[in-house]
Formats: sequence, structure tokens, C-alpha cells
Amino acid sequence: MLKDQDRIFQNLYNDLGSDLTSSQKRGDWVNTKEITEKGRDWIINEIKNSQLRGRGGAGFPTGLKWSFAPKEVGSRPHYLVINGDESEPGTCKDRDILRFEPHKLIEGCLIASYAIQAHVCYIYIRGEYFVDGQKLQAAIDEAYEKKLIGKNAAGTGWDLDIYIHYGAGAYICGEETALLESIEGNKGQPRLKPPFPALIGLYGCPTIINNVETIAVVPTILRRGGKWFASLGREKNTGTKIFCISGNVNNPCNVEEEMNISLKELIEVHAGGVIGGWDNLQAVIPGGSSMPLIPKEKCETLTMDFDSLAAEKSGLGTAGVVVINKDQDIIKCMARIARFYKHESCGQCTPCREGSGWMWRMLERMAKGEASKDEIDMLGDVTKQIEGHTICAFGEGSSWPVQGLLRHFKDEIKKRNNFDPIVKETQNIPYLVDQHLLDNNA
Amino acid sequence: MSLKRPAKDQPEDFKFNSSSLDAANKIISRYPNGKQQSAVMALLYLAQKQNNNWIPLAAMKYIAKFLNMPYIKVYEVATFYSMFNLSPVGKYFIQVCTTTPCMIRGASKLVEACKEKISENESELSPDKNCSWMEVECLGACVTAPMMQINDDYYEDLDKEKTLEILNKILNDESPKPGSYRGRINNEPENGRKTLMELKNA
Repeated sequence: MLKDQDRIFQNLYNDLGSDLTSSQKRGDWVNTKEITEKGRDWIINEIKNSQLRGRGGAGFPTGLKWSFAPKEVGSRPHYLVINGDESEPGTCKDRDILRFEPHKLIEGCLIASYAIQAHVCYIYIRGEYFVDGQKLQAAIDEAYEKKLIGKNAAGTGWDLDIYIHYGAGAYICGEETALLESIEGNKGQPRLKPPFPALIGLYGCPTIINNVETIAVVPTILRRGGKWFASLGREKNTGTKIFCISGNVNNPCNVEEEMNISLKELIEVHAGGVIGGWDNLQAVIPGGSSMPLIPKEKCETLTMDFDSLAAEKSGLGTAGVVVINKDQDIIKCMARIARFYKHESCGQCTPCREGSGWMWRMLERMAKGEASKDEIDMLGDVTKQIEGHTICAFGEGSSWPVQGLLRHFKDEIKKRNNFDPIVKETQNIPYLVDQHLLDNNA
Repeated sequence: MSLKRPAKDQPEDFKFNSSSLDAANKIISRYPNGKQQSAVMALLYLAQKQNNNWIPLAAMKYIAKFLNMPYIKVYEVATFYSMFNLSPVGKYFIQVCTTTPCMIRGASKLVEACKEKISENESELSPDKNCSWMEVECLGACVTAPMMQINDDYYEDLDKEKTLEILNKILNDESPKPGSYRGRINNEPENGRKTLMELKNA
């Protein structure tokens, strides 16, 4: 288990208070000036050395992302945007940072803004977190008052303004370009990439977008050194991470742990075990609803980091662990997730808009045992038609959980949906132009 | 995608009152010159707050003029985002999360309680016209599931009895205390946590 002194978020459960004075006691804002005096290149290099990967789901190396910002500010100003549109089912880590560790986030904003030469930072918070956003606003006001941000922020000579922008209940705005559209006052529909936001982002200006947790760990990394952070976890999957363990466990909780911790330890030690005992475990969604589920057999030895979960054809995502025990109907659980995606699709790309509803309707019928045998393969086919054919990663996010279900619980679906299709005769389907591609992928 | 339709009965006119106007001007100043359109979501919230928790078409037209942008773009934003109510909701607007993490911990019991106490169908006003409820997608409090949101506050760690208790209070116009209803502190594990022990005992 991670030692307590290596935990970055000491106030995760609000034992100490989130105001400025108690945050300073925990080490926030202590030597911000000295850190920035070491220079932009040193900051970016130290983050690169720490091998910090973005905590928002995709796991992109943060230092690398920052280095994409233009070195010189041209005619267009640079922007820093913080993504706090936490809507992935199973995830509630950013909320705790916003309400209990706001000064870590604000200080991180200052350092990151300095590194990428931005004078304005927008923090995008989902509209439902209004109360938590108010707490962050209070912390921002406090920081302005103590001259930690604003003109000559914290004595660094850098000017920085931080503004909160509330979303309004759209999951898709967690996608970075949709988030930019939303800040610009449009409906949140993702943009095509390239151009990447680092060059053409908010208002057409260079913009760096980071998750709340990514930015909040930056000051601590710079204080304790990239080496310290890299010594936790394993190569390329370093540091600590807040895991949210929900679902059928005895004590669901948020906990900060080392990367590469075993899933069993996470569930047994921190979350008090599966309801009904470990043998009652059915499956685990390891990284928020868009990551494919993992059946019990593999959970025994599973370790939680980006690369080892990718090797299991799943992903760490946002580290929202949803535990599902044998009392639950797994098909129904996935049908509900499919309904979520059907509701949240922005409607821009046809495969996703139509396909997400299609998957939901099929899964609902399969949960009731009203689907025919060959619809199971059809469902797999639909997911393949969505995946990779949309502007943003929502297509993957909506089809992966269904693919995970088909990969591990096909027998269960077959057992329940066992009748022949109404139209039985084999049709003579003409050869499609791209048939060879389908055959290769199958 | 979700379908949203504006209400049939629409008021003729809408105008920001002086406090909304102040807030609106303050919000616009956060965005660069000429980019006042960015404030549209915040202004829709202001209109919603001023107009009993829903946005009439007149308010969208007013905001379009206010921000010097086409009316259709305001309409587009108002219909896209699920938190803008385009038809009247109760003074107490209850949103029950029923996405998978809440579902497997018994969110359907919360829905039952709402059906018993408030109205048979979602988005329907209660007999005293004070409350309405609806099922929503993940509200981001999965660790304290099942949960519901009443106006701005989160009510967490619920079951059917506790939900009925909260709804009774609301129907009597009292305001129940937000937060966990199993007495746990924030998102810490119940029954003895294993981390940050020194801080707890300090």
C-alpha cells in the first residue's frame, strides 16, 4: 500500500479544511515563485521526467502535450483550459479535488499557464457540480485577495486570470474539442482533428486542455521532483491516481493509490470486499463505463495501470472501478450503459447517433430474452460499424463496453436468446466492394 | 440524443431584472472582446433561475439580442444541453440518477418512491404543483450511490425509506440536509478507512 506521506491529496476526505491557510499548511503555494524562476523548459522537462500521463481517460503524456504549445506567443494569445466536465459513469474524483483541494488546482493552473505562456485559464465544470463549483470560486476569490493569482501572481511576475465556465449536463463536452465549442457558446459537438487545439483551439488560439487531476498533481511533482513521481508505479505508468470504487462492494470509496496496484487489493483492502464475498464477483468495469468489462477469472491477477489493462483489451480510462456481483443481470447493466450513450450522443456523426440507439434497443431485448440467435452477431457487427467511424472517441466509448460484453458473456446471451430468426432462408448476399476488409477483420 | 420540446404555453415577454443584469454583465466581462457569445450558457442559467426554473422562448430571444447573436443559435444551445428546462418544472426539481453504478445499488427504489410521493410519470408536476422529478444520466457521485439531486444539492447514500423521508420534508416545504444519508464523511470508506490515518486521529 502507498505510504501516507506519498499521497498527494492529503485532504481527499476533508479532514483538514480546504481554505487557503490550511492548504498552505499542507505545502500548497509555499515556493511557487522559486518553481517558476527555474524556467519553462525546466518545468516541462521535469513533468516529462515524471512520466505523468493525463488523468482524463486517454492517458496522453502531459509534458509532451505542453511542449506542443508554440514557444513564442504570436499575434494570438495562448489559453489554458481545465476539463472538469466529469461525467463518465463510475467516476467522481474531480469533484473531491474541486471541493477539498481547490488550491492544488489553482496553483497547478498558475504553473501550467506559466509553462505554456497563457494569461487566461478557463475551468470548465459540469453544471450539476454547481455547489462544488461555488467552493472552487470561493477559493479563487481567496487567491485573488491574497494576490496569488491576478496581476503578478504569487510574485512570479506572471499575470493570470482564472474563470469558471459551467457546462449544462452534456457528457460529450468532456471531449476536448466539444468542450472548446461549448466555451465558445455553441452546442458541444466535437471538431475534426487536425488541427489540434495546441495550435488552433479556443477562439482559434493555441490552447492546452488538461484534466483537473492532471493539473492538481503538477505542483507536488515539481516540489518533490519528477524522479520521486516516477519512482511510484512502474515504467510509463508512474505516480499515484485517485481510484473511485463503486458498485457492489461493502464500502464504496474514493482512494488515492499507486499506479499498478492490484485490483484485488483495491477491492478487498480499501472497499471492504465484494458484497457476498470474492466468489460472488461477476465482472469489473475497470475505468469508467466506456471501458470493456473484465470477467472474474482475470480479476484475480489484474493490475491497474494504462498498459496492463490495455493488454487485457480494456483500459484504465478515468479509474472509475465499477464492481458487479452475481446478483446483477450483466446484460441489463450493459443495456443501461448503452442507454446512457444513446442519450448522450451529440448527434453529429450518423454511425454514433443511430448506432448507439440501435445497440441499446438490441441489448434491452436481449436482457428480456426476446432477441433471435443471429442478432448476437449483428450486435457485434453494429459495434464494429461505429468504432473508428466517428469524429471523436465517443464512438469507441459507446461500442467498447458492448464488445466487452460480447467477448466475455456471449454464452450468457446465447443461453437466454435461443430462438431462430423469423426469416429463415439463407439469402444470397452479393459481394460487397469492401468485403475483403470485413473478412480480414473478422 | 435526447428530444426536448419547448412548452406550449409561453409568456409574451421576458426581461432580466436588475440583479440578473448585473450578473450577466459581469459574466460577459470574463470573455475576450467580441466573444460575448461564450456567455450564452451562463445567461440561460440566469434566465432559468429568474423564471421559476425554466426558460421560455421569449428569454432566448432576449438573450440573442443581448449577446448580439442569432436567435437560432441560442435555441440550439438551449435544446442541446439537458440542464436547460424548456417547460415548467417544480420549485423543487428532483433528478434521480439511474445509470449503471446507481442502478446496481438500487436506484429503482428511489424512482418508486418518487412515483409514490410526487407523480406517476416523470416530468409531471405533483398535485400541489411544487415538485417534479425525472430520471437522469450519471450525476457523478457514483461512490455514494444511489443518489439524487434536488435543485443544486446532492442527496447521497439513499434507500427507499430515506428517500421517502426527504420527499416528505420537501412536500412540507422544509429543506432537508444535503450529503450522505448513511452518516459517512464525504467519499471515505465506511467501517474504518485504511489511508490517511494520522489525519483522522489528529
